[in-house]
Amino acid sequence: MTTGTTSLAEAVAAAKKRLDQHTYETVQWHFHPSTGSPFWVSKAQELSFDPLTEVREFEDLKKFPSFEDEWLRGGPIERWRPKGLDGKPTFVFETGGTTGIPKSRMVVEDHRTDYELFSETLPDKYFPRGTNWLMLGPSGPRRLRLAVEHLCQFRGGICFCIDLDPRWVIKLIKKGWMEHLEEYKKHCIEQALTILSANHNIKCMFATPKLLEGLCNALEERGQSFADTGITGIFSGGTEFTPQWTRFCIEEFFGGPPEVSGIYMTPTYGNTLMGLACSKPVSAADGYKISYYAPQPRAVTEVVDFDDTNRSVGYGETGRVKLTTLTKEFFVPGFLERDEGEREAPFETYPWDGVSGVRPFHRLASSTTVGVY
Amino acid sequence: MLRIPVVRWGKPYESLETQKVVHFLTGEPIAEVDQANGAMVSRDLRKADQARKILRSIPVDELIARIKQAGNLFATATLPLGNGTQTPDQFVHQQSATTGLPEQMCRNNMTKNSFVMEKIDTILDALTRGLDLNILARGYGTESRGIVVSYQSQAPVLGAVLPSNSPGVHTLWIPVIALQLGLVLKPGSQEPWTAYRVASAFQAAGIPGEVFSLYPGGHDVGGAILSGCRRAMIFGGEKTIQQYAGNPKVQVHGPGYTKILLGDDKVDQWEQYLDMMVESIYINGGRSCINASSVWASRHTEEIAAALAERLGPIEAKDPSDPSAGLAAFTVEGTGKAIYEMLQNDLKEEGVTDCTAAYGPRLVERERCSYLRPMIAHANSPKCAIATKEFMFPFATVVKCPQEKMIDSIGYTLVGSAITDNTAWIDELGCATNIDRLNIGPIATNRLNWLQPHEGNLTEFLFKSRAYQIADTKLVQA
Repeated sequence: MTTGTTSLAEAVAAAKKRLDQHTYETVQWHFHPSTGSPFWVSKAQELSFDPLTEVREFEDLKKFPSFEDEWLRGGPIERWRPKGLDGKPTFVFETGGTTGIPKSRMVVEDHRTDYELFSETLPDKYFPRGTNWLMLGPSGPRRLRLAVEHLCQFRGGICFCIDLDPRWVIKLIKKGWMEHLEEYKKHCIEQALTILSANHNIKCMFATPKLLEGLCNALEERGQSFADTGITGIFSGGTEFTPQWTRFCIEEFFGGPPEVSGIYMTPTYGNTLMGLACSKPVSAADGYKISYYAPQPRAVTEVVDFDDTNRSVGYGETGRVKLTTLTKEFFVPGFLERDEGEREAPFETYPWDGVSGVRPFHRLASSTTVGVY
Repeated sequence: MLRIPVVRWGKPYESLETQKVVHFLTGEPIAEVDQANGAMVSRDLRKADQARKILRSIPVDELIARIKQAGNLFATATLPLGNGTQTPDQFVHQQSATTGLPEQMCRNNMTKNSFVMEKIDTILDALTRGLDLNILARGYGTESRGIVVSYQSQAPVLGAVLPSNSPGVHTLWIPVIALQLGLVLKPGSQEPWTAYRVASAFQAAGIPGEVFSLYPGGHDVGGAILSGCRRAMIFGGEKTIQQYAGNPKVQVHGPGYTKILLGDDKVDQWEQYLDMMVESIYINGGRSCINASSVWASRHTEEIAAALAERLGPIEAKDPSDPSAGLAAFTVEGTGKAIYEMLQNDLKEEGVTDCTAAYGPRLVERERCSYLRPMIAHANSPKCAIATKEFMFPFATVVKCPQEKMIDSIGYTLVGSAITDNTAWIDELGCATNIDRLNIGPIATNRLNWLQPHEGNLTEFLFKSRAYQIADTKLVQA
């Protein structure tokens, strides 16, 4: 009778089986001396268990201590490269680094794979293939910049970028140089306006929430609206991407929902360690609720108890976001993000757990500086 | 539950994000406040010119009459608030419940705000030093001595990022409507009450809602107000002051480091001034920038400190509804303890004495809040770090310092009450640029004469005096 429920349950079970198998293979790859990275092969010596024989499924990852992102600071970067990938062209992407040594992640092609998977979630109607993109986000040694450019190219377009140094933005905020911050934001927006005015057939964009606001405001100050740019598809991301912010943009900057305004915006959630999680479609009927689902089995998001971080909270309950990355390039067994949110149930498109209401973790919120992304 | 919306140029806006304001003792929700976002402020500010146009279309005399009426309504009427109404008593209970201020202090602040509205003509007369307000309205005019003067408004609205813990500060922005500038306010997260009630009283008195915006919200809202308004004020600590130092668009109101200075000619009669010193330190729970945080004298300082400790030390934390309650609670978790620990560190310095130690524990911790009972310290030199500290409870250091070194040693002083008849020293005090408001004689630091401009004169901040020449033929028409 309840075929929908049964088929969802079956899909959830199949996804779990796939995740368990993928976990086993990933751990074997990263810890076997013939394929693993120097970091994890060496780390295995410190562990109280043997990952090669004692990790059979996803649940077994709880045997690992929490992943400390501090391990990513400093070199040599090669210690993170699995031996099985020796000789492949390698990127390094950085996060942080406003002061001191940034955290580094080596990547061969994870960013491309992640964004190719993400591409499948974008509606062609609003993100027309073959059209060009604007990347209104950070430049420099950032995964996001190359990933967006690849996404655009994968969809047959050419990506225009701006110069934006997020480390300088964070410095301006920390110094309290708010006028300089405003001027820098204007500088970024002016670059975007210049590109958009140059007849490049740009239909899609990535923008951080703050820069998207800035762009919309700048256009309105010129007596134009966002619709005048011709852009119909936007993806954005971050903890500032709240239901209220989404509603405000849709109602006031875009002129209505996609079917009215012709402008579609989708949120994403992620970071350099994990990649990106996609959102369930956001609608007024659902209170603009934003629920993210990781690209399982390559990455997993869990919502865990604030104090017992190996215990998932109940559906709808609040907890800290825990990320796990399971690719051939990078293994992160349970990293506690600086965010919290509510645990969301699986559904047909994503038959695994999601997270909604993502916001800065309340116990760390006061020390978090939100810059431009 | 009472729901308080964002107000966008007079129009209520219900947000998808709300924040509950809760009773500081019980945690019981008092109201749910809609939260704005920064982009909303920036977008709305593009219509700020309209607020000034509307206000300029109302004759100044008429505007003044309506503001006076609003003052009466603020103090006495049941006024609309969000999805409900609010009586004056409810206002007092609600403000006390969410800020931790005793009800009698909330009532006093209510009276003060109402007074500013009801006496707005006299206060503006003082702020503008007697200028005909029609000259500000028109932008130019002829003074009684026959000279054309011009004052140009520097912004169509004043933005203000308001505090949560000092309901007394609202008198600083209330006169803005009379100057025909709109108001863009970010109410304090724990104290939305005054801003909303003032706006409600103004509207009930016939001032169009389209000249007010109220944006409760997070830091991005404050940032958008400060960057988007050409004139804005913010209330904050030393860090905020430093952040906006030299920014002509932003007027910062922070710690006052208010002081009482006893001259050598009067210090031997210090006992005569004890009441005035106690009032200056203790009134309003020691929470204002105009509360004295130090008393300076060249001798008898130990006796003065002991006498102040004897008067203030026994004061207890009481229920906020108790008419004799004089201490305000710290409602943010850990604040009281953090201040207490900071002070313990300062008290360890050589030359510093804790004069209230004998009157029982100072830190009083309750389940959801904490109190600090009055503290008096003695410092035998201005070099002691505690000599220039200020905290948001009745706290003061009595500092031993030769009179001739006092002006150079006191640092910035919002209100300085100098008890002296020494004309040479009075002249030096008058020239001291580190003293903002100067009282000569035993005037309690909190007793502000409203006919004297307060810190950062509002009219000077909002208007620029400029040259304006008119051909004779036009002048006749004007």
